[in-house]
Amino acid sequence: MIKAFVVGGLICTIGQILIDKTRLTPAKILVIFVIIGCILSALGLYEPLVNFAGAGATVPITGFGHSLVKGVINEIDREGFIGIFTGGVKATAAGISASIVFSILVSFIANSKDK
Amino acid sequence: MANIGKQTIKFKKNISILETASIVGPKEGDGPLKNYFDIVLEDIMAGENTWEKAESIIVRKSLELATKKAKLAMTDIDYIIAGDLLNQNTGSTFGIRDLHRPFIGIFSACSAMGLSMGLGATFLESNFAKNVLASSSSHFCAAEKQFRFPLELGSQRPPTSTTTVTGCGVALLSNDNSDLPKIKAITTGKIVDMGITDPFNMGAAMAPAALDTIITHFNDLNIEPDYYDLIITGDLGHIGSEIILTLSKKEGYLLKNYKDCGILIYDKDTQDTHSGGSGCACAGTTFAGYLYKKMIEKEIKKLLFVPTGALLSPLSVLQKESIPGIAHAVAIEI
Amino acid sequence: MTQMSKKEYEHMVKIFSPNSPVLTNCIKAFFVGGCICVFGELISKYLIYLGISEDVKSLLTVIILIFCGVCLTGFNIYSKFGRFAGAGSMIPITGFANAIASSAIEFKKEGYIIGIGTKLFSLAGPVLAYGVFSSFVVGIIYYISKII
Repeated sequence: MIKAFVVGGLICTIGQILIDKTRLTPAKILVIFVIIGCILSALGLYEPLVNFAGAGATVPITGFGHSLVKGVINEIDREGFIGIFTGGVKATAAGISASIVFSILVSFIANSKDK
Repeated sequence: MANIGKQTIKFKKNISILETASIVGPKEGDGPLKNYFDIVLEDIMAGENTWEKAESIIVRKSLELATKKAKLAMTDIDYIIAGDLLNQNTGSTFGIRDLHRPFIGIFSACSAMGLSMGLGATFLESNFAKNVLASSSSHFCAAEKQFRFPLELGSQRPPTSTTTVTGCGVALLSNDNSDLPKIKAITTGKIVDMGITDPFNMGAAMAPAALDTIITHFNDLNIEPDYYDLIITGDLGHIGSEIILTLSKKEGYLLKNYKDCGILIYDKDTQDTHSGGSGCACAGTTFAGYLYKKMIEKEIKKLLFVPTGALLSPLSVLQKESIPGIAHAVAIEI
Repeated sequence: MTQMSKKEYEHMVKIFSPNSPVLTNCIKAFFVGGCICVFGELISKYLIYLGISEDVKSLLTVIILIFCGVCLTGFNIYSKFGRFAGAGSMIPITGFANAIASSAIEFKKEGYIIGIGTKLFSLAGPVLAYGVFSSFVVGIIYYISKII
């Protein structure tokens, strides 16, 4: 539990430093984190982090990159070439679908308000 | 009418500001100037169902209010000159479409109030109009949606950013000989771009343009800064104001009597507005609400009103263009 | 105005522009980000307690977190939360959900198809696009290295 807190917190802190020091927009920060997640995963460095910190490594958006890469690699091992195209989205389908479905549903009822 | 110097027009006729009207949103209604505005909305939606419609209804109500306060009918108005920040000026046009008066839509970003008053004054000077409504408006939520992020996005704003003022300021200009504030001269600004690219630091992008217009105004009329009781810029905010004061010292001018509408309209300590207020309505409502009343009370007798604008678009920011600044000076005396 | 180069002006602006309070922002981001991850960990522990399999557990955890992020967005809470926490609420998967839900809610006035439909991914789209693209690149490299 403490491991999840510290690792998750640290990943977010890196993001905060990027925001404050570089003035990158939220979309760019998120993209950078996903790509970093993909690269770390490809180098075999992210899986140990997941085993160590659990949700601390899977909940940040870097974990999304990790799932994509892990999905692709597993699928290539199972299905061969076609896995390059199917593995990533298959592994992250739950998250993508959930965010689309819930967002559409919530937009039917919610309205944006002044901050 | 006379062209003086490089960019200044000095008026010979009495161009009075007969009345003003100001409607602001709830946040401005909590600010230090709350008692000066005509109407403070409790609901930022103004009873409408989109931000854009809300801005338009605020525009219409402000124009009607100014006309009513001056005991005129809308048919007495020869021209309405209005500007805002929304795409294709829809904030103004959709508010004005049911008023059935000749309409001149202008875009000069947040300096719209200076340009609309200046244009109105030239119409009056040249006898082509008797009564002109000059207005500018903006809406915080509509501006966020168009220029930044959806309102419900959980994002932080850097300390250099400003907060768009919700509201509309209107000045009713008329040929009138009574003892009212009069527009004596205008200096129409030119674009000054010092290469600032950060859309969250617009005060810095506009400060050189504001100073350029102010200095040109002094030179054209051959006057000193202390001629005016108050020199007030539109929405440079805390950071832009510090920059313009430093720049002006370098140019050899001491702006002792300097203020900024963006600093006056919000309380920096309690309202979490970062560098201050911005938007077309920032200068517009501060003038129509606070400054005009101070002039009527003769606390301010000679005012140099300099709304400032950052002429950027969401597209130009993405294409990494720098932000062109502009400022228009309006000299008002009573 | 006498001439001042753009470089000089840029330098001057830097002096006058206050920096973000990085330290306090980082502490907030660390704390909130950590808490969201702990919340995720709690959900996943509870799912295991319920006897749900390992694979389904991680997927369900993501779905529940996204649900929470979307709901908090709908109740106009996530934006305030984000204003406080910055990256602490942006980097976790709930922030991804917030980016999608906030766009959907904001642009529903432009209609369900064009408004919500096209703007849904106005902020989160790049994450999907470059996430999928990066995983494709990794996949190609992995596949080739496997054949060789």
